[in-house]
Amino acid sequence: MAKAKKPKPVNNGVNVEALFGAQEALKNAPEAAKFKWRSTVKWINGTHSRSTVEGFYGLGAEQKHKKKFTFDADHPEIFAAADQAATPVEIVLASLASCLTAGVAAVAQARKVQLRSVSATLEAGMDVRGILGMDEDVRNGFDGIKVTYKIDADASPEDIKAIVAQSQKRSAVYDIITNPTNVSVEVA
Amino acid sequence: MSSRLAARSIDHVVLERGEVANTWRTERWDSLTLLTPNWQSRLPGFGYEGDDPDGFRTMPETIAFLEGYAKRVSPPLQTHCPVTAVRRTADGYEVVAAQGTWHCRAVVLATGAFNIAQVPAVAAAVPPGIAQLTTAQYRNPQQLEAGGVMVVGAAASGAQIADEIHRSGRPVTLAVGEHVRAPRTYRGRDIQWWMDVSGLNDERYDKVENLRRARALSSFQIAGYRDRRNIDLNALTSLGVNLVGRLAGIREGKAQLSGSLRNLCELADLKQNRLLKTFDEWAAANGASEAVDPPHRPEPTRLEASPPLGLDFARAGIRTILWATGFRPDYAWLEVPVLDAKGNIRHDGGVVTEAPGLYVMGLPFLRRRKSSLIDGAGDDARDLSAHLAAHLGARATELAN
Repeated sequence: MAKAKKPKPVNNGVNVEALFGAQEALKNAPEAAKFKWRSTVKWINGTHSRSTVEGFYGLGAEQKHKKKFTFDADHPEIFAAADQAATPVEIVLASLASCLTAGVAAVAQARKVQLRSVSATLEAGMDVRGILGMDEDVRNGFDGIKVTYKIDADASPEDIKAIVAQSQKRSAVYDIITNPTNVSVEVA
Repeated sequence: MSSRLAARSIDHVVLERGEVANTWRTERWDSLTLLTPNWQSRLPGFGYEGDDPDGFRTMPETIAFLEGYAKRVSPPLQTHCPVTAVRRTADGYEVVAAQGTWHCRAVVLATGAFNIAQVPAVAAAVPPGIAQLTTAQYRNPQQLEAGGVMVVGAAASGAQIADEIHRSGRPVTLAVGEHVRAPRTYRGRDIQWWMDVSGLNDERYDKVENLRRARALSSFQIAGYRDRRNIDLNALTSLGVNLVGRLAGIREGKAQLSGSLRNLCELADLKQNRLLKTFDEWAAANGASEAVDPPHRPEPTRLEASPPLGLDFARAGIRTILWATGFRPDYAWLEVPVLDAKGNIRHDGGVVTEAPGLYVMGLPFLRRRKSSLIDGAGDDARDLSAHLAAHLGARATELAN
């Protein structure tokens, strides 16, 4: 007689219980929910620069990553640059992709959906006459971003779409890109 | 609640700041109808007896209905008696009102969740010369000057008002935030028929998965029009209403619109389809599939490829901004510390556990999904009056000992 196998617990590597625990803990301590993210940058040469992140503030105290992380950025050769690293706008795309994908994993875990593979391609259009100062009517930034996910998971196509939609709803980088943010740049 | 208390011979008084059905008389627009069909306004021993059970009550009809019920129940009513303070005392509460002060052992707050029209902070940056009003101040399109109108918010009120104002010849731009899409009629039956028979309206607050979210959810994007037409975003687009993203900011006289419109519409479409699937499954499981029309799925929300991210009020000819951005309760008179940081009352299914003897009614998903409907008042009053009676009994025993 074939024995019915107990289904394996869903594991996308996201500790949802801890996240729900944090929600509960922060409910009565809104001050602890206020975070400050920081990065520093050093010019190297030409359009090449190196950003470093290490410390941030949250849960009412200074916090630290396990180690220092650095991100180089440069421009490609067709912009007469050395192409030592990705362009800053590509890093924006990478940020959006990572944020949404982390959200997909977390939402899937919370909804008890086992993911087998998740990948996405991102494409953003830009008219470079904006950054070159050739036409005041052309904006510097993207004219739109298209993200296309490919997801293999134990769920219906509708449920997968709902996970991706919910991930956008809860994504910090998605919000940063879709809504205006005040930016103040000073020289110390 | 008064009739339940009377049935238990509990001495009480009902204080009303104005007349019976005051909010319906004074704070709603002219063309508003109830969003629930006539048959669904079921108060204990008092239902609809007319010949249009599937129709929707106008405001005068709603007022007459509630007056009729008040006449039937004849509660010990004090009208024109606004309450200015509710305080705790050693053995209960002190209620200070225009016509005197009452000392009582229990208080039921039935002032509702829709007292003050909420306006987002961005309203402060609206350029001078543009008129602003809320859904509580809006009466009809003739009240607005000619020209374009931006309606902010696309829940039931915003969508209905956008529909009405656009039809009056004032072109409407609708700033769409989170919304709950629903069809007025599905498979030949009213959405509220489905909500009722499938048991969704009776779902209890202690059984729902995410209560905080369920309580914060905006109303179905529907209207109670005679022709039962939908007022979802596709219907408004067909009418010529201009859909834009959430109003995220105003800078130098220009609106900044969120780029999240596509996702908000996707979320609403998916959520609607899940609801319809629930109905289909209920019909299949209960042998009702043949009695209703075949299932279908509404067309996904149509959007232009790149909705605008900004809007120059002057250039777009916007003369009025109408804030349909929700309501919040007014507890300015409640001097019992039971409010959370957002100004909502902390309660467990209407029982304010931190203040024994204090109860609340008529809030969204208070005890059941239908708690904010007229249809929900009967069951909630039955449950809460039983709790209240037990509280008084326990207190009496305590004093006797």
